[in-house]
Amino acid sequence: MNIFNLINALPGAVAQGLIWGIAAIGIYITYRVLDIADLTVDGSLGTGGAVCIVMMLSGHNVYVSLLVATLAGMCTGLVTGILHTFMGIPAILSGILTQLGLYSVNLKIMGKSNQAINVDKFDLLVSLRYIRDVVFYKNTILVVLVITLLLVAILYWFFGTELGCSLRATGCNGNMARAQGINTNFSKVLGLMISNGLVGLSGALLSQYQGFADIQMGRGAIVIGLAAVIIGEAVFGKVFKNFALKLIAVAFGSIIYYFVLQIVIWLGIDTNLLKLLSAIVVAIFLAIPYWKAKYFSKPASKKEVKTNA
Amino acid sequence: MLELKNVSKTFNAGTVNEKKALVDFSLTLNDGDFVTVIGGNGAGKSTMMNAIAGVWQVDSGQIIIDGADVTRLPEHKRAVFLGRVFQDPMTGTAATMGIEENLALAKRRGKKRTLRSGITKEERAEYRELLKILGLGLENRLTSKVGLLSGGQRQALTLLMATLKKPKLLLLDEHTAALDPKTAAKVLETTQLIVERDKLTTLMITHNMKDAITYGNRLIMLMDGHIILDISGEEKKKLTVEDLLHKFEAASGTEFTNDKAILG
Repeated sequence: MNIFNLINALPGAVAQGLIWGIAAIGIYITYRVLDIADLTVDGSLGTGGAVCIVMMLSGHNVYVSLLVATLAGMCTGLVTGILHTFMGIPAILSGILTQLGLYSVNLKIMGKSNQAINVDKFDLLVSLRYIRDVVFYKNTILVVLVITLLLVAILYWFFGTELGCSLRATGCNGNMARAQGINTNFSKVLGLMISNGLVGLSGALLSQYQGFADIQMGRGAIVIGLAAVIIGEAVFGKVFKNFALKLIAVAFGSIIYYFVLQIVIWLGIDTNLLKLLSAIVVAIFLAIPYWKAKYFSKPASKKEVKTNA
Repeated sequence: MLELKNVSKTFNAGTVNEKKALVDFSLTLNDGDFVTVIGGNGAGKSTMMNAIAGVWQVDSGQIIIDGADVTRLPEHKRAVFLGRVFQDPMTGTAATMGIEENLALAKRRGKKRTLRSGITKEERAEYRELLKILGLGLENRLTSKVGLLSGGQRQALTLLMATLKKPKLLLLDEHTAALDPKTAAKVLETTQLIVERDKLTTLMITHNMKDAITYGNRLIMLMDGHIILDISGEEKKKLTVEDLLHKFEAASGTEFTNDKAILG
């Protein structure tokens, strides 16, 4: 229980939190903007990681690999979108189906259940090793921070465009959106693609950071992402009203999540219990708004009751 | 302007809950007609509206709007022709978006949505002017989230959105039913104002017989998926609620049982 062990672990937690933050921003887009709980992410995170590592191992440039990993993530979103809109399968089930299928796809991409990449032999963009004792512009925290801010800027611009507004309208009120001539099916597919593209990118960065892609790396991604979304809203919701700031709050939420995780590990709790702990925390936070409405809301005033009668 | 030719729609066909909502239903609206629609519960009023709007496909028949056959067009493509206001004030607007953003969405109805800005400066000035018509002070709250508005304000806004791009046909599905009487009167007044100003062809369902008589140049009454009464012109002007009740009884052989429609 040496406090220096904890302090030493914190920069790593920030880096990991930021990388997961990109996935969490993707999850925010489906969960909050489109109002879809998309479980594809548990698979697409691994797809991004697998594609990136395998491409780099076969000699491709790191930026090209990241781009292709992002595109691969978008493809997974496209599949879920088609299952949901064209084939009429409920969104949650569509995500589960894609996720299951991706398990095989990810294995086929990697050829085995994990693929390691050596930081000394390849020119990685981010790595565990680039946290300390590197020139500042190679520092993983800075690199991921810049990527995150860039993505937030792009998303902020996009959701202000005509197309972006139609996505927001679709998530908010499908009936209204269709009445205003918006193809809500198209909006949903596009939103799922953007979201999973971000998750794929996050997976690609994560696999570089940890030095390997693994068939299990996406397990529970949706829960971690939701935790980041919820923590971000709980901590910054009162102050951050602007859409760009809300996205940044999600990234911060992810960092806080990894901070707390580090503290829990430092306290010596059995690491096998971590996923259970995450699940319980997210479940409670998801329940809070429901409980608030059910047990703590004020009864309707007399005037309202009268007009409704 | 609008032609429904032998349109039929049956819900839950082949089950115990089978409901023939529209039976061989035909209706023609002329350019500039303002038609009020009345009828009891389950008469097929909303089904007729939804058939026109394309919420689902009809079983048989043909729907023609402004000369174009839209029978097989999906809902979002028919939106080009239509302005719609719904019974539930929550349905017509996006609650988490601002007033101006909602109007901007409506402004782009029927246009391809591109990567151009979702709302421009000139539009804001235009919307401020338009909102003044409503007389609700919304012109000073352009960026307020629509979720913060009252039901009446939301309906008035939906009405403005429905008519922002002059529609070929304005569909009003009991759009004042969920409002208190004072607000309902105000929204109806605005409706009349806009319909007259833009000479809109309008189809308005109402549960209120008095309103059905007061507004519009033609009145139709529905029962069991049929039109059982169709009155227009001079004859409509002289109509009273009692007349309407008698005509209903004569046409249907039963008594009109909706208190709200008679008393409201």
